[in-house]
Amino acid sequence: MIDILRHSFVQNAFLAGMIVAIISGFVGYFVVLRGQAFACEALSHIGFAGALGAALVGASSLEGMFIFTLLAAVGMGALGKRLSGRDIEVGMVLSFVLGLGVLFLSIYTKNATGAVGVLFGSILSVTINDVQVILGSGVFIIILMAVLYRPLLFASIEPEVAEARGVPVQRLSILFLILLALSVSVAVKVVGVLLVFALLVVPAAAAEHLTHRPWLAITLSILISLTSTIAGLIFAFIGHWPASFYIVSLTSWFYFIALIIHAVRSPRRYRELPHPSREVLPPSV
Amino acid sequence: MFAIFQYPFIQNAFIAGSIVATVAAVLGYFLIVRGLSFAGHALSSIGFAGAAGAILLGVSPVYGLMVFTVTASIAISILGREVRERDVATGVIMTFALGLGILFLSLYHGYAEQAYSILFGTIVGVSRDDVVFTFVLGLILLIMIAIIGRPLLFSSFDAELAETRGVPVRALGSIFLILIALTISITTQVVGILLVFALLIGPPATAIRLVHQPLRAIALAIILGLTYTWLGILLGGNSPWPVSFFITALSFGVYLPVRLFSKGIDSKRSAKGLEKLSITDSVLESQKDRND
Repeated sequence: MIDILRHSFVQNAFLAGMIVAIISGFVGYFVVLRGQAFACEALSHIGFAGALGAALVGASSLEGMFIFTLLAAVGMGALGKRLSGRDIEVGMVLSFVLGLGVLFLSIYTKNATGAVGVLFGSILSVTINDVQVILGSGVFIIILMAVLYRPLLFASIEPEVAEARGVPVQRLSILFLILLALSVSVAVKVVGVLLVFALLVVPAAAAEHLTHRPWLAITLSILISLTSTIAGLIFAFIGHWPASFYIVSLTSWFYFIALIIHAVRSPRRYRELPHPSREVLPPSV
Repeated sequence: MFAIFQYPFIQNAFIAGSIVATVAAVLGYFLIVRGLSFAGHALSSIGFAGAAGAILLGVSPVYGLMVFTVTASIAISILGREVRERDVATGVIMTFALGLGILFLSLYHGYAEQAYSILFGTIVGVSRDDVVFTFVLGLILLIMIAIIGRPLLFSSFDAELAETRGVPVRALGSIFLILIALTISITTQVVGILLVFALLIGPPATAIRLVHQPLRAIALAIILGLTYTWLGILLGGNSPWPVSFFITALSFGVYLPVRLFSKGIDSKRSAKGLEKLSITDSVLESQKDRND
């Protein structure tokens, strides 16, 4: 087992996976808090079209993903003010971008395996160059998130009050979407477009079920995504199945266990108590 | 340009596409009104995993699609009670299913083409049998939605009021999700997951911005869906680019100006539209009758 670590591609995989896990654990907390799971999912698919488009013009897939997701983040942020109304906008952008992806794929038929790599993740093909880009964007994201932490938390939990206090809610929202776009682009490298959700949303959602304290939840969410990524990679090197499958299963199991703990801990009569950030809406589903 | 209609496979694509566009427009209207676009997307992705599993087992993909999407839709209705929680729960189920899908694909060797045809669809590869199958199941789905349409609409616009009036809101929501799951299952075979989602979301999203009255919005959504599909097949048949690209591009190209130039519906205006139609009253009356 230790022998494997000597190979440079294995070291790169672990490094990239760990950096991405830390970023997504942190950013993911706010994705869950702000209810932007769907936006996150859409951004990852937009990254798919970006990566294929980049292949068409001969650029690297990370560059294509950065450009496409950033444009989409600004667009989504500008289109809708309130999240609840953005559902349709996000869906429309998503379906259009998937169509673009199909177009690029049909033009660029040479590299079908490349497309599969973008869809399902190709952590074992991460180069030292990619690790540097991922590390650079990771440091950038974490520093900016730390700077924005307080106003963003305020704006996420009580947007109206924050706005009244002079917090630039709309601008913060666009800025956060841009950071999310960056995080999605680097996460695609590790788990692929279809499974970005597993690192960006699932650990944070599990953590949110275990505690309401923001810092504790963020720490837990980072721990869950780190554990899942490292364990998933180890399993992938020992076993025969793809790394993204192990990572996704592990984070999902963390979520289901957190769900059970949450259900056991809170007696039924307390369940309807509104969390400050949570509007309790009628059970429409 | 119209010479492509001599080919039977284009005729089949045309008929099957029209059936799918109609069913998707009707069910998509409810999907949009209930704010369930994400569930629509998630269920189609989950369908992909199910199809991959069926291919691995060597059975028809439609069985895998049905098992996975219907199970997932039940799980989503159980787990996602709160609106904010719902997206996350939907996403977790989707990711879990996709993880399984990736495992299935890696176990099944030589997958690429079949996986792509499920993901992106091959509308020009439709057989006459597929057309008949789609037509029969599409008809059943339309009848089902016609039966639960009124109370479903009522509970979509004002769930609390509907609940106090004795409408089984939660059960209706679950049945509706199962209908969406079945729609996705039968249509994926024909047009692919990507296009199912585009046809579910695109036409109704444009329609509700132009018309507020539910029946007219549904009618407009059907017209838009059929137009996109026909134009898409016509353009795709005459160019090297794929049909699904044209359909999604048309749907987005019409939606964008409509979205930017219409003021948009907020809940108040849609409630007004309901009053105008007096659907609320008639539903209330029918409920009252039932109670008496």
